[in-house]
Amino acid sequence: MTVELSAPAQTEVIPAASSRLRRYARPALGLLLPVGVALVWEMMVWLGLSNGRLVPPPSKIFATIVELARSGELTHHIVATLSRVFAGFALGVVAGTLLGAVSGYWGLARRLLDPTVQALRAIPSIAWVPLFILWLGIFETSKVALIAVGVFFPVYLGVMGAILSVDRKIVEVGRTFRLSGPAMIRRILLPAVLPAYVVALRVGLGLGWMFVVAAEFMGASEGLGYLLIDGQQLGKPAQILAAIVIFAVLGKTTDWLIEIGFAPLLRWQDAFGRQSGAA
Amino acid sequence: MLVLDRVSKIYPNGVNALERFSAEIRLGEIVAIIGGSGCGKSTLLRAIAGLDRATSGSVTLDGVAITAPHAKIGIIFQEPRLLPWLSVADNIGFGLSDLPRALRRDKVAGALARVGLADKATAWPRELSGGQAQRVAIARALVPQPEVLLLDEPFSALDAFTRRDLQDHLLDLWADTRPTLVLVTHDVDEAVVLADRVFVMRPRPGRLFEEITINLARPRDRTSELFGNFKRRVLTALDRSLDRNVPDRVAKSNAGEAMWW
Repeated sequence: MTVELSAPAQTEVIPAASSRLRRYARPALGLLLPVGVALVWEMMVWLGLSNGRLVPPPSKIFATIVELARSGELTHHIVATLSRVFAGFALGVVAGTLLGAVSGYWGLARRLLDPTVQALRAIPSIAWVPLFILWLGIFETSKVALIAVGVFFPVYLGVMGAILSVDRKIVEVGRTFRLSGPAMIRRILLPAVLPAYVVALRVGLGLGWMFVVAAEFMGASEGLGYLLIDGQQLGKPAQILAAIVIFAVLGKTTDWLIEIGFAPLLRWQDAFGRQSGAA
Repeated sequence: MLVLDRVSKIYPNGVNALERFSAEIRLGEIVAIIGGSGCGKSTLLRAIAGLDRATSGSVTLDGVAITAPHAKIGIIFQEPRLLPWLSVADNIGFGLSDLPRALRRDKVAGALARVGLADKATAWPRELSGGQAQRVAIARALVPQPEVLLLDEPFSALDAFTRRDLQDHLLDLWADTRPTLVLVTHDVDEAVVLADRVFVMRPRPGRLFEEITINLARPRDRTSELFGNFKRRVLTALDRSLDRNVPDRVAKSNAGEAMWW
């Protein structure tokens, strides 16, 4: 099924100098604070103002990452965590999209389904952990299930809310051109819902990363969450910080992949962020 | 021929929006429906469009009852209602998706040139001015060549200069294929400049008050004395329609014959 969207040629003309500034200077601005803090801390340890035992300097964290990478351990843990996040995210997105779409499109289903879903949403998802372990065991299934639950709710809410808020006037345009049910969904509802859907996916993915840590805390023998616990138990703060840094990089990268993956479909948006260059 | 036979609409909340509206509108005729708010003009237009069902009475086009949106009936709303995710060209071609791609492209290009927006084909709707957007909406409605084009206060959101420009432009476009135009408006000048017949409505319940035939040759000179006379006539009718002591000027069974002056 293809969504009907058009991609006219870029019409904005930006002077070369300011475009170069935009491309390089703006991301650099965002790096200023973290790099600055890291440098200051590195200096403090180097000058002997702190021994850096509990808060290791950036150079030591970097050395730890390199060491983990060289032994092949790092890849192993990253693959373990990534595959859990992806499995949970995929399940959560599929379930959230389907149920959200049904609830948004069909009033009866909404009245039937939504109160229950909202009640379940009110339960802190971590509270399911003991039950999932009892039902699904201590291994992968329970972990993936927990992540899927975390991803499900924002996606469900996002899709339902987006469908409910599609402008009636635009739907009426579809009616005057006598679109059939499926054509109405493909040509009007899907494109109208897409911006909110992308936001829902990104929120869902964020929660997926959150829950993978919780899942890996409950007895994993591999994964970045395991590195955290291992670092705590064996007193290796550099390993903990290394895992945290890798979480940050992976989280940002996957979020960015969703963003650029959908960007060509959302070029039409007339949004505040487009003008102020928030992206 | 578009035949409206005692079209009535009572909303579920009990509001009697339109009562027994009857008219016969010939192919190629331009009809304006004018009146204050709450007199059922938009209700009537939506019933003709097949967007809302009349409670009783019927709308027929060439003998076919209209109960749902119909291929031969196009509509232009007060807002352009362009689809923001489609380019201007794709918006205009929206109703032509059954046609082969090449034919559709030709028709869209022709329509774009006809409304003077050939250079905006690849622009997004957000990049258009209000008047340009409404031109695109007109092109989108006209490109499938409807027999009847309904216009629901199409220029009321535009400034006076743009409005005038688009009124003239609409007449040019109309002259190409001569569809029937049914125009809802609250602008007396617009009604007199465009229409062959003006239906003056009155509220509570919404119904036809008076029908005025504008037998002026086109193009009409807005500054001429005759034009002024017709405007005065419509204005007087509007004033009287709001006076509860004045009875309706048209017999309900025989709309179109009453001339009281």
